Amino acid sequence: MARGRFQKLKNKGVEILSVISAVIIWQLVADYIVRNRFFLPSFTDVAEAFLITVSRQGIFPFMGMDLELPVLLVDTLYSLMHFSIGLVAALVIGIPVGMIMGWFRSLERVFDPIIEIIRPIPPLAWIPFAIIWIGLNPFGAGFVIFVGALFPIIINTFTGFKSVPRIYVEAAKVLGCTADHDLIRRIAIPSALPSIAAGIRIAMGVGWMCLVAAEMFGVSRNGLGFKIWHNYYLHRMDFVLVYMLVLGFLGLLIDRAFRSYLEEKFFKWRTGVVM
Amino acid sequence: MGRVKIRGVSRKFVKDEVSGTLALDNVSLDIEDKEFVCFIGPSGCGKTTLLRIVSGLDLPDAGEVFVDNERILSPGPKRGMVFQEYSLFPWKSVIDNIIFGPQMRGTRKKDAIEEAQKYLELVGLEQFRDSYPHELSGGMKQRVAIARALANEPEVLLMDEPFGALDAQTRNTLQHELLSIWQKKNITILFVTHSVDEAVFLADRIVIMTARPGKIKEIIKVDIPRLRDRTSLEVNQLRNRVLKLLAEEQKK
Repeated sequence: MARGRFQKLKNKGVEILSVISAVIIWQLVADYIVRNRFFLPSFTDVAEAFLITVSRQGIFPFMGMDLELPVLLVDTLYSLMHFSIGLVAALVIGIPVGMIMGWFRSLERVFDPIIEIIRPIPPLAWIPFAIIWIGLNPFGAGFVIFVGALFPIIINTFTGFKSVPRIYVEAAKVLGCTADHDLIRRIAIPSALPSIAAGIRIAMGVGWMCLVAAEMFGVSRNGLGFKIWHNYYLHRMDFVLVYMLVLGFLGLLIDRAFRSYLEEKFFKWRTGVVM
Repeated sequence: MGRVKIRGVSRKFVKDEVSGTLALDNVSLDIEDKEFVCFIGPSGCGKTTLLRIVSGLDLPDAGEVFVDNERILSPGPKRGMVFQEYSLFPWKSVIDNIIFGPQMRGTRKKDAIEEAQKYLELVGLEQFRDSYPHELSGGMKQRVAIARALANEPEVLLMDEPFGALDAQTRNTLQHELLSIWQKKNITILFVTHSVDEAVFLADRIVIMTARPGKIKEIIKVDIPRLRDRTSLEVNQLRNRVLKLLAEEQKK
């Protein structure tokens, strides 16, 4: 067991060395060349700041109780909440719209021009309307993430549905599956699933990028994105960096988790799904 | 029963308002119950179109098709079809592919699986029950496709160049297997092919079609008893005759 783990580490030797070197160079540059904690906090400064965010307690209201948790965890939970609100809304609206557009030719022509006009508007440009329509609450932040996540989901679902091989539809028809809803459920959805999943993955990436800006306009007193601005106003750049790195690692983690879930789901019938 | 009546079927593919291709021109044919009929003709002669019309996937512009006096207007489980392209659902295992038809008719999954087991045995793939299509060879995929079509207990089996993509050896084996399945299951088979050898080996009757627009040029009744020896004199004479008829069409 221990030996196996050691072997694994050994195989990743180059990668580990690369990260360690980067950290050492960062530390040396910060300490001996820049010599300005405000301009470039060093690795040890950031590590110290990290420990403070973990050791201090914050309050997370959960089902009527006020849970006392480390500040960093509270911020993470707030951010995940904003992110989930946006992503779930995008899934609930985006997947049906994409399915309908891909399956019914005439409806594609109805939806397509509207989508093509709205799609190029950057999600962050919606912030003023998010405030006016929804207000300064988690759902306002969720709305911005929703706008960012919606279009990749619609477009990929649409493409997946449109490129369902005709042969599967015809094979199903001669086997007695002729109604539209049966064909959608039994043929089109499974056939389009890899494409839909890829769309969700892109949407999660875009949504995550919108998070910092979505929390910027004061929807809550917590959140990873909010804390970046909060610490910037306090000139605590080491804390800014802590939250930046946490955002990066968490984004990576979410993507990895989703990808391994997909691989588990699809590897049975699709070898080498490129995601 | 699986009697097929084709009456004056024409099909035109319209490109734009002016031009179009006449794929089938007034084709009429009667096929007896339990008959094995092969359709052969130059490529683009409309033989696949004719099969698609019998299946109900395509509709004729004129004429009609009846199976047991029932007019065909849409696809239905009574007419099974095996396609040239691999048509197994890649997200379903072999057994789940085979029970797809029965399940659509409302058979309970447990019963459907039990039933499907028989068809899996019939095509000799019991050990691949839980494999996925991408794990099978081309020949095995087509065997499963045949089992899937048979699981619906069709009266007519439509086969559109099902062995076209297979290598020569696999093709011969599958022709043998198909004959024994046909004899066991007592069904009518309409088989489209471009291989004279295949038609001569399999068919009760060979329908030779003309180049576009597709019409029936000649129908040859094959009286050679099965299993036919592919290299015997009679088979070769028949093959020559079919080849000559086809050559006439190719020249046009």
